[in-house]
Amino acid sequence: MNITKNIHEWLFSLMPETTASIVEMVLIAIVYLGIFAVAGLYLVLLERRVAAWFQLRLGPNRVGWQGLLQTMADALKLVSKELTGTIKADKFLYNLAPYFVIVTALMAMSLFPFSEEFQAFDINIGIFFLIAISSIGVIGILLAGWSSNNKFALIGAMRSGVQTISYELSVGLSLLTMVLMTGSLQLSEIVEVQKNGWLIVQGHIPAVIAFMIYMIAGTAETNRAPFDLVEAESELGAGFHTEYSGMKFAYFFLAEFINMFIIAAIATTVFFGAHLSPFGITDNIPLLGVFWFLIKTLAIILLMMWFRWTFPRLRIDQLLVLEWKYLLPLNLMNLILMALMVLLGLTIQF
Amino acid sequence: MSVTGKYFLHSRKGAITQQYPDNRATLQMFERFRGEVVMPHDENNEHRCTGCQKCELACPNGSIEIIWDRQIDPETGKKKKMIDKHIYHLGMCTMCSLCIEACPTDAIKWAQNFENSVYDRKYLTRVLNKPGSKVVPGVED
Amino acid sequence: MDTTITNNFKSEEYQINMGPQHPATHGVLRLLLTIDGEIIKKVEPDLGYIHRSIEKMCEYDSYQQIVHLTDRMDYLSSHINNEGVCLTVENALQLEIPERVKVIRTIIAELTRIASHTLWWGVMGMDVGALTTYFYGFRDREMINDIFEETCGARLTMNYNIPGGLMFDIHPNFVKRTKEFIAHFKTKLPEYDLLLSDNVIFRKRMEGIGILTKEDAISFGASGPVGRASGYSCDVRKHHSYSAYDKVTFNEILKTEGDTYSRYQVRILEMWESLSIIEQLIDNIPEGDFFAKTNAVIKLPAGEYYEKVETARGELGVYIISTGTKNPYRMKFRSPGFSNLSLLNHIAVGGKIGDLVATMATLDLVIPDIDR
Repeated sequence: MNITKNIHEWLFSLMPETTASIVEMVLIAIVYLGIFAVAGLYLVLLERRVAAWFQLRLGPNRVGWQGLLQTMADALKLVSKELTGTIKADKFLYNLAPYFVIVTALMAMSLFPFSEEFQAFDINIGIFFLIAISSIGVIGILLAGWSSNNKFALIGAMRSGVQTISYELSVGLSLLTMVLMTGSLQLSEIVEVQKNGWLIVQGHIPAVIAFMIYMIAGTAETNRAPFDLVEAESELGAGFHTEYSGMKFAYFFLAEFINMFIIAAIATTVFFGAHLSPFGITDNIPLLGVFWFLIKTLAIILLMMWFRWTFPRLRIDQLLVLEWKYLLPLNLMNLILMALMVLLGLTIQF
Repeated sequence: MSVTGKYFLHSRKGAITQQYPDNRATLQMFERFRGEVVMPHDENNEHRCTGCQKCELACPNGSIEIIWDRQIDPETGKKKKMIDKHIYHLGMCTMCSLCIEACPTDAIKWAQNFENSVYDRKYLTRVLNKPGSKVVPGVED
Repeated sequence: MDTTITNNFKSEEYQINMGPQHPATHGVLRLLLTIDGEIIKKVEPDLGYIHRSIEKMCEYDSYQQIVHLTDRMDYLSSHINNEGVCLTVENALQLEIPERVKVIRTIIAELTRIASHTLWWGVMGMDVGALTTYFYGFRDREMINDIFEETCGARLTMNYNIPGGLMFDIHPNFVKRTKEFIAHFKTKLPEYDLLLSDNVIFRKRMEGIGILTKEDAISFGASGPVGRASGYSCDVRKHHSYSAYDKVTFNEILKTEGDTYSRYQVRILEMWESLSIIEQLIDNIPEGDFFAKTNAVIKLPAGEYYEKVETARGELGVYIISTGTKNPYRMKFRSPGFSNLSLLNHIAVGGKIGDLVATMATLDLVIPDIDR
């Protein structure tokens, strides 16, 4: 059932080479936009219902069966809102800022190995590319805060900038710790290595420590609680997207959820064996890998949501202290430990 | 974290919210709930209000106005104070229940309806005694 | 009000308005902050957005009618406010109140205190960032509201105490429901501790912040849990006992550090104390009248009368000047929130914005109490 291969050959047989490759890229882009929209919308609904269950209430369950059409209703509402803008805002930057976050999120989505054949962009510096893309997303937030000409937005954006550039280090180092075991940055190679057992099992102690550091740093990257003082609703109103309304606000909102999906997907790929089933039981069925990938990603997303609704928020200086004084030295020591383990051949292989 | 995890798993049973518009049939207020002041009428369309104005004096912000008149009482033939209209401004009422406590004949009491919002302000000024109703005989004892 | 913007602040400071509509200030309070980066240099509160001239309205009402206005001042401890006015009038008339009334008033006051503190706990969690604590606090408060709804008919503005006693007798289910509530709440309070008090993040945000020394507490007039957390023993229930408080044994909780964590702890421990007071009284409510006879029109003899009660926020004082007529000549309420708010500038300077929010949450301000 090599659907992708068949479509590829059919296209190339129809038209000259350059046109066919352009058409192919457009098709892939449309498919990914579709995944992006659906994932974003349904993640929002999932978040609301999960939050409600934690808080002893039922979430939105009225629109459509069990509330499945709720996000459609929200999207309709957001699209029909007036696109306001303040007079003194810097028009060009104000309109440009949401696109940064959306575009980087889309670019990062294209790398994930949903299944053996279902990977759009298998570049040989896979993980490095992902980390670099998420750094660009910060610019969008800073621009949004600055160009809104609003003191609250500026405070929010500055806090976010400082938070994101600090925690990128921890994300990068913890992923690097796992790359030591695989020997390659390319995502499909990483999945190949995991056919001998998921990476979190292969490198036992340092891998578990790396996973915990990665979860903490990952939630900080996406500006979610307990690190969400960027949009600390109790303190400043709405942070950097105070002045946005309608479709532009929808971009920021969706981008936050897609970022959460991306962080969870990276964790699934690197730590938990992207589309491989546990003990390799169903690896022969072609497209079942997508199902495993989504299940694992969903479990990690649920873990992130659990964090959000339980813990209070950290203050900005406590957050920076956490990163620079605790997580970074721990990460470096973990890296050395993992290097020693790989050298001495102490990893568990199946 | 264990606290929220436990609630997550048991949420179906422990949900404290009610599906409000769907459960109107079974929703029941407590018997002393202060919804709205009404004047109960029995099956002969009679009420117990004598027009003594004690509720009007007790109300702190003037939500009750009594319009009364001295008329010939059909039984004894003497002039007596009888009530013409008992006007109740639901929009101004603070639900303090001082009027109900002040009434000597138990003419007014609390109803339990809580969905009192209307589209037009004039529906909030209610006349509590129905047209054509009389006082239950023998109520001033 | 641009006259409050001072002209002599340095160029790297800027002014932010935590305006009247804000998720973190509990009510309509406008705070003008002068900030340098993240460090606060000055806090100026600007009151008056919900001033309803309650004290002026009291001059035109009779004493039974005044009670329903005090419900709306500090709406979270409405029974205790009513009790304050009733006690002042009864002591002025030198009325003898039946035992049953005193015991029931004490039980209801302690239930109100627990209700207010659970709401405070829920909102405290929300201000610091843990958004689920709000719902857990409200779940327990709903049980208390149901108890009150069954007895007095209203859930928030409960006009139940009147000068002379209670408006009507308690419902037969009152004792049973209160016992159920006590049993339920005793299993929930340790959960509150597990969720918030013992959390590392929470403690780091609360310890060492907003320190109020004992001398400052006394000089600013802080009362209630705010004063007690700094070591200032100011519990009205102990020093000037009223109702049935001299019959029960309870501890007055004092802490010495005076930071936000100790204010938090004082309120949690006060909830335990309230539970023990209710337990001591609930089983033997004496039989008797629920009302002592007064005239229909109450006239206080000429003079000045003052009584204080302990609300959930602190010490509420009721001061009546009467000239012998049926309306008071002047009525003044000494509200606890007003004195507690005045120390905000003193303790928040030098901290960060996050600290300001946490400190305001532990001061437990209810703005309608401040701007009556």
